[in-house]
Amino acid sequence: MASNTMTPGIVSGRLSEDEIKKNFDDLYTPLDGHEAAVAADRCYFCYDAPCITACPTAIDIPLFIRQIQTGTPEAAAKTILDQNILGGMCARVCPTETLCEEACVREAAEGKPVEIGRLQRFATDTLMDTGVHPFMRASDTGKSIAVVGTGPAGLACAHRLAMKGHSVTLYDAKSKLGGLNEFGIAAYKTAGNFAEKEVNWLLQIGGITVKSGVRLGHEISLDDLADAFDAVFLGIGLGGVNALRADGEDKTGVEDAVSFIAHLRQASDLTKLPVGRNVIVVGGGMTAVDAAVQSKLLGAENVTIAYRRDQDRMSASRYEQDHATSSGVRILTNVVLRQIIGNGSVCEAEFEYVTQTDAGLTGTGEILRLPADQIFKAIGQTLETVPDRLDIQGGKIVVDAAGRTSMPKIWAGGDCTAGGEDLTVTAVAEGRDAAEDIHNTLMV
Amino acid sequence: MADLSTNFLGIKSPNPFWLASAPPTDKEYNVRRAFEAGWGGVVWKTLGSEGPPVVNVNGPRYGAVYGADRRLLGLNNIELITDRPLEVNLREIKACKRDYPDRAMIVSLMVPCEEAAWKAILPLVEDTGADGIELNFGCPHGMSERGMGAAVGQVPEYIEMVTRWCKQYSRMPVIVKLTPNITDVRKPAAAAKAGGADAVSLINTINSITSVDLDTMSPEPSIDGKGSHGGYCGPAVKPIALSMVSEIARDPETHGLPISGIGGITTWRDAAEFISLGCGNVQVCTAAMTYGFKIVDELKSGLSDWMDEKGYASVADVVGRAVPNVTDWQYLNLNYVAKAKIDQDACIKCGRCYAACEDTSHQAISMSPDRVFEVIDEECVACNLCVNVCPVEDCITMEPMTAGDIDPRTGKVVEPEYANWTSHPNNPSTQAAE
Repeated sequence: MASNTMTPGIVSGRLSEDEIKKNFDDLYTPLDGHEAAVAADRCYFCYDAPCITACPTAIDIPLFIRQIQTGTPEAAAKTILDQNILGGMCARVCPTETLCEEACVREAAEGKPVEIGRLQRFATDTLMDTGVHPFMRASDTGKSIAVVGTGPAGLACAHRLAMKGHSVTLYDAKSKLGGLNEFGIAAYKTAGNFAEKEVNWLLQIGGITVKSGVRLGHEISLDDLADAFDAVFLGIGLGGVNALRADGEDKTGVEDAVSFIAHLRQASDLTKLPVGRNVIVVGGGMTAVDAAVQSKLLGAENVTIAYRRDQDRMSASRYEQDHATSSGVRILTNVVLRQIIGNGSVCEAEFEYVTQTDAGLTGTGEILRLPADQIFKAIGQTLETVPDRLDIQGGKIVVDAAGRTSMPKIWAGGDCTAGGEDLTVTAVAEGRDAAEDIHNTLMV
Repeated sequence: MADLSTNFLGIKSPNPFWLASAPPTDKEYNVRRAFEAGWGGVVWKTLGSEGPPVVNVNGPRYGAVYGADRRLLGLNNIELITDRPLEVNLREIKACKRDYPDRAMIVSLMVPCEEAAWKAILPLVEDTGADGIELNFGCPHGMSERGMGAAVGQVPEYIEMVTRWCKQYSRMPVIVKLTPNITDVRKPAAAAKAGGADAVSLINTINSITSVDLDTMSPEPSIDGKGSHGGYCGPAVKPIALSMVSEIARDPETHGLPISGIGGITTWRDAAEFISLGCGNVQVCTAAMTYGFKIVDELKSGLSDWMDEKGYASVADVVGRAVPNVTDWQYLNLNYVAKAKIDQDACIKCGRCYAACEDTSHQAISMSPDRVFEVIDEECVACNLCVNVCPVEDCITMEPMTAGDIDPRTGKVVEPEYANWTSHPNNPSTQAAE
């Protein structure tokens, strides 16, 4: 092997093929039938269950678990997918510990909730492994709708609209569908090419025409879409990345975390994917964790997440933080990146310790320098091309509860809109609910 | 430390835990393991007459009913009496009794309803040194179709007749094992007593089909696509057994007749309950078949600790303690008023009490938007359903009201005096007071 974890610079092949394969395998082993039965038996079938309330898509969790208990996982999957057509992906990526499982009464009772996420995966995997798509398209309504973006919001919206009999044209700027599910989530959370499989399974509903490689603001405009279709749904996500605003940001080795993850997700051979020996990820969200952990899994020797506030302020869930630290990632808090040092390429990162005051973050004057070959920016994303004449607030599209934008005929949902957490499951809920509102609006 | 030894019909055993006549007691190998594990006695699996032994099915003999986490709640079986030659069983019984003289050795018997058949087998059993016999009048499957087992147990006259033969031709104590597959268990018990039985044991298993295979449409256990009713046992039958035991214990005709309690005994607590309802000892089968012989350690330690805590010196001190409290419904105190109470600290907010009460009972539990569940005393009839469905023990309790207080449901004062249905004004049979 030419290189190893201690090889300087940004190089590939730090780990053997076997190690890489093991590292990027399914993070969470799926439940087998017996494990699912044991886990399902723990559900109390609560009245007006708190887990349902905690789920942004309001999946009837006690019902689907009871269906698993009684040996009908396919029916359980249907219960899940009725509310959340991306239930398979959400079972993999949802921060269940802050949603359904946090609300589980057994969490209150024993500190050990029913394993709702894993049970959901058991049900949805069981159904999807059969290849069956359990929904039927209603008869054609004659209405046509453009859905822009094929992330969770766009897919959920398109599926719901198609199911109701509308003709959907689904656009995506990239050549491959799936949005963040395909490009933005750590590989070990969606092993086995799951995101792509899920999209193909979802499209089986029919009535959806896919147009990929078509960019809003380039090949198509919002006005054209509004003219050509009865309604438009924007699920365009956040395409831009916030800048670090530190000296030396232009040096080689400074990259967007999202690009790194996207690149990693699409790489055919991870042993060929270069990574630094000393990697620093600036940020505190899920993207920061995904970039940091995957750097470590690729063989980086030292990986540090640098966050500007206290650890409990990180938007990555506690579970994700623990996952990072147990993977060997160091979490450094209360530091701000001031300068990136290096002659062309990154060689060191200079931080200043900060304290939280009423006036904001104030530098303490204490400086910390860390060796760095590679620095990932994960300090939030921005709306890339803001479509004209749409109301924007805080860098996001303004929508009402039903997903209506300030422009007639235009709905929006997912990360590109204000309100709601930027979670896959929230995006699914917003896409689905917008579809319902579009349907109700068009069918009056 | 409490004395767990028992003297049942003069048969001494170091503890009240016997293994019931069943698969665990069919062979010397198993019985030796049981005695090594610490069981107080065994009732050897039922012997039949000399000659070619019975044959068993060669497919599944057991079917099951499960609770959560596949915990076995009920088991049924279609196994017959021993299918090993009589002389082999007798030889092994003799060897076991010889090597474990301090343990109780009872031999279960089932031969045709003919005097000669009983007269023939009794001396053979006596010769083993066994302490007593148990007459299997209970087996509900297979043997009953041949005029034995439950077919005898369902006819009090036969019970009395066979019991009399056994007393006549043997010096051994006779225990008559009763079938629950009858309408009134007091009748066969009385017949056994009339025939001279030293004791009754109950219950034998209950006619049952545990499930139906919905693919093959065959009852379980399924033998080549067909099923037959088997004998049901295990924790699920305990309430039925306790009731039948209590009926015999409190009936004037059978009161005082020694009882060996059987039916779903799984823990020391179950055993103590049977003893309190009048059983001199207990017999265990399904629990041992589910968890192995080692459970006897828990049975012994649990019973002993509880007796120490309550100040009972011996098992005999406990026997029948609860019998005076078993009564008929009409004598229950209608002036006793209780209300459910929810311990908010213990509540985990599952809402099962609310669903149960709101959907199927008296709408006596309120639910706030933040999931606080509270009892509405004005509606609560103290039915206990909320207690029963609550997953947290002692989270919901039934609190008796104090005499003199006003029951908010009825608006009436809780009377201090005992008053039952026999004197209630709504009872058409009530004698007017004047």
